[in-house]
Amino acid sequence: MLNYIIVPALSYGSQLALGAIFVTLIYGILRFANFATGDMMSFGTMFAVLLTWYFQSLGISLGVLPTALLTIPFAIIMMILYMLIIDKLVFRYYRIKKSPPVQLAMVSIGVLFVTQAIVRIIIGPFDRRFFDGERFILKANEFKEMTGLNEGLTIKSTQVITIVVTVIVVSILFWFLNKTKTGKSMRAYSDNEDLALLSGIDPNKVVMITWMIAGVLATIGGVLYGLDKSFKPFVYFNNMLPIFAAAIVGGIGNPFGAFLGGYVIAFAEIFITYAYKKFFMYLLPESLEPDTLMQLLSTDYKFAVSFSILVIVLLFRPTGIFKGKVL
Amino acid sequence: MRQYANVITAYIIMIILIILVGVFQSWNVALSILNFCLVSAVMTMGANIQWGYAGLINFGIMGYTALGGLAAVLISVAPVQEAWAVGGLDMIVCLGIIVGMVFSIRYVLKKIQKSKKRNYIIAAIIIFGLIVLRIIAGPATEHIEAVDPAKTGFLGGLGMPILFSWIVGAFFAAGLAYIVGKVALGLRADYLAIATLLISEIVIAVIKHEDWLSRGVKNVIGLKRPVPYEVDLQNSTWFIDLVEKFHSGKLKLINSLAERQDVLNQLVIEASSVYVKLCLAGLFLIVVIILLIITQKALYSPWGRMMRAIRDNDEAANAMGKNVVKEHLLIFILGSAVVGIAGAMMVTHDGLFTPGSYRPMRYTFLIWVMVIVGGSGNNFGAILGGFVVWFLWVEAAPIALFLINFFTSHLPETNALKIHLINTAPYFRFLTMGIGLLLIMRYRPKGIIPEKIVKQ
Repeated sequence: MLNYIIVPALSYGSQLALGAIFVTLIYGILRFANFATGDMMSFGTMFAVLLTWYFQSLGISLGVLPTALLTIPFAIIMMILYMLIIDKLVFRYYRIKKSPPVQLAMVSIGVLFVTQAIVRIIIGPFDRRFFDGERFILKANEFKEMTGLNEGLTIKSTQVITIVVTVIVVSILFWFLNKTKTGKSMRAYSDNEDLALLSGIDPNKVVMITWMIAGVLATIGGVLYGLDKSFKPFVYFNNMLPIFAAAIVGGIGNPFGAFLGGYVIAFAEIFITYAYKKFFMYLLPESLEPDTLMQLLSTDYKFAVSFSILVIVLLFRPTGIFKGKVL
Repeated sequence: MRQYANVITAYIIMIILIILVGVFQSWNVALSILNFCLVSAVMTMGANIQWGYAGLINFGIMGYTALGGLAAVLISVAPVQEAWAVGGLDMIVCLGIIVGMVFSIRYVLKKIQKSKKRNYIIAAIIIFGLIVLRIIAGPATEHIEAVDPAKTGFLGGLGMPILFSWIVGAFFAAGLAYIVGKVALGLRADYLAIATLLISEIVIAVIKHEDWLSRGVKNVIGLKRPVPYEVDLQNSTWFIDLVEKFHSGKLKLINSLAERQDVLNQLVIEASSVYVKLCLAGLFLIVVIILLIITQKALYSPWGRMMRAIRDNDEAANAMGKNVVKEHLLIFILGSAVVGIAGAMMVTHDGLFTPGSYRPMRYTFLIWVMVIVGGSGNNFGAILGGFVVWFLWVEAAPIALFLINFFTSHLPETNALKIHLINTAPYFRFLTMGIGLLLIMRYRPKGIIPEKIVKQ
């Protein structure tokens, strides 16, 4: 139970949560739905992968930890540069013109195409694994020996890294948004743009900081996902959809909601498609043992589950679960 | 006439480009580009009805296309008798249960006051229905899928001519659009975009994994065609005579009889596939022209003016007594139905249905690029957008390859950069699309052929 539901759901949820905060920040401050989310994440991850290969060829490593963690800061710098360039060349024009959000969303589709092309031209569309270091923290056999139970518990090191890194990043982010002056000015800008401008907040600075935070989140989220599974541009593009679902379920424009939304989506996906056969085998006497897998829905419908949740939330509570507070 | 000059020039340029492809690459390629341009044009017309006429954003085009394709399968494939024998009845019962559930929920909604009790009753109906469905459908799907899984393993269709599916596809898509529209049309523009995108993903997931219905990722191949097959053509005398007459000048130059026969055989094989594609192009062209006439009439009718009024200021239109919600739903259904026709046309053209190939990049975002680039709100613009964008999408890779070779011609063949670039040439199509879209949105936000409001 713990093995196949809670641990994977926590790590998958963390990856979604980072992406969802990214979406929600862009939505709250720049006021458009960014369809290029998944590909921006793959763009950041691409640099991490390339640098990991470079470091590996130089012989630099972190021992038991994956080398990719070392490359994240460099990848983040590249990513922020890319985002600022994109903003300067593309989004700024529409922001100053005060175009409607739909137009900005269309523009972000253009960015989506370009980013996807760049990633595929540089690194190719293939599946890449760039994980190195220790694979497991806890192996099934060791756990059995330690506790004497007859079911194994496996924890991959990537899962632990994912959860730890997410917690650190998200707490720094919330500290930044709630306690520092820049963070407060960002929240003010998101609440009421005109009022914020009147009280002397520099819009250019707010937008720049937003893109920088977005770059950090996108890169870290992307690298963590890539470490846990593998790096493949097409998969990243598809990940955009559950990320959007998480952001909206949590209440778009609300980072805390997005953070929780990521976990809601991840747990729902895994709970509903989990095969409960083993679970019932332990609970029920042998005569009642189920002969099917006892899945509520087959695993094929993993994505469909999260989208159905989203549709239901949109219907009954369009502002998301955690409404009220904007950013 | 002068006001149409730019439209006519744009279309002439497009036709010349396709003819150039025919001359330089091959007529086969040119015609398949033309066919897909026509299919894309139908899709863009559908999207344009929603976006250009009414300002409704629909990112679920992929779902409606796939439903159109499904219609083609369900109409044209011959029914699988054994599968019907083992599981058909159960499936019909299931359908009946679903209908029963919907009606009982509607009944409860109407009869009982809004209260906790009502919610519990509805929840009970849904859960009970799902359990019954599972008990009946589970074994039935297994039986159906077990029937000769390598070839059939699904219920099959009605065995009717595939042309009917173009209409049925429209009805399928319209049905889905009715449900989606009822659910999602009240949302704000960007929420609507995301919701429709995700709903279309759900549709694809269902089509992909319900093997008893659509064979899922095992694909359905060898669908019937409304036009003759190449093999039949190659064996029929009238066709060979026709090719001989067409190429008589060329054939006369060859003296030996055996050699002449060889060349003729080659020509016949090539001509047969060109002929098939020409027939399809004719059919597609008829659809495009019919749709164009209807949409053009609708755009300049009082109804079209009302739609534009709702698009530009829905509050004012509402104040004038127009039912905005109803009209939005209507236009959402109409646009989706047109996209459904295109989906069925595409499967007809390919002769196979591959649920795994439906991806949002190709079937949703690309269509949107077509609408924006061509000019939203203008049918001629939308069709042109379909032509231009599809042409670039196909030809971007060869052009990129040519440019790469040209610019790196001084480098040796073994240069790593050159090899890498040549390997990645197919992805330049994404780059072309993205940059094209960004440039158009920036410098010509109304598209190549902007919307024209005729004042009377």
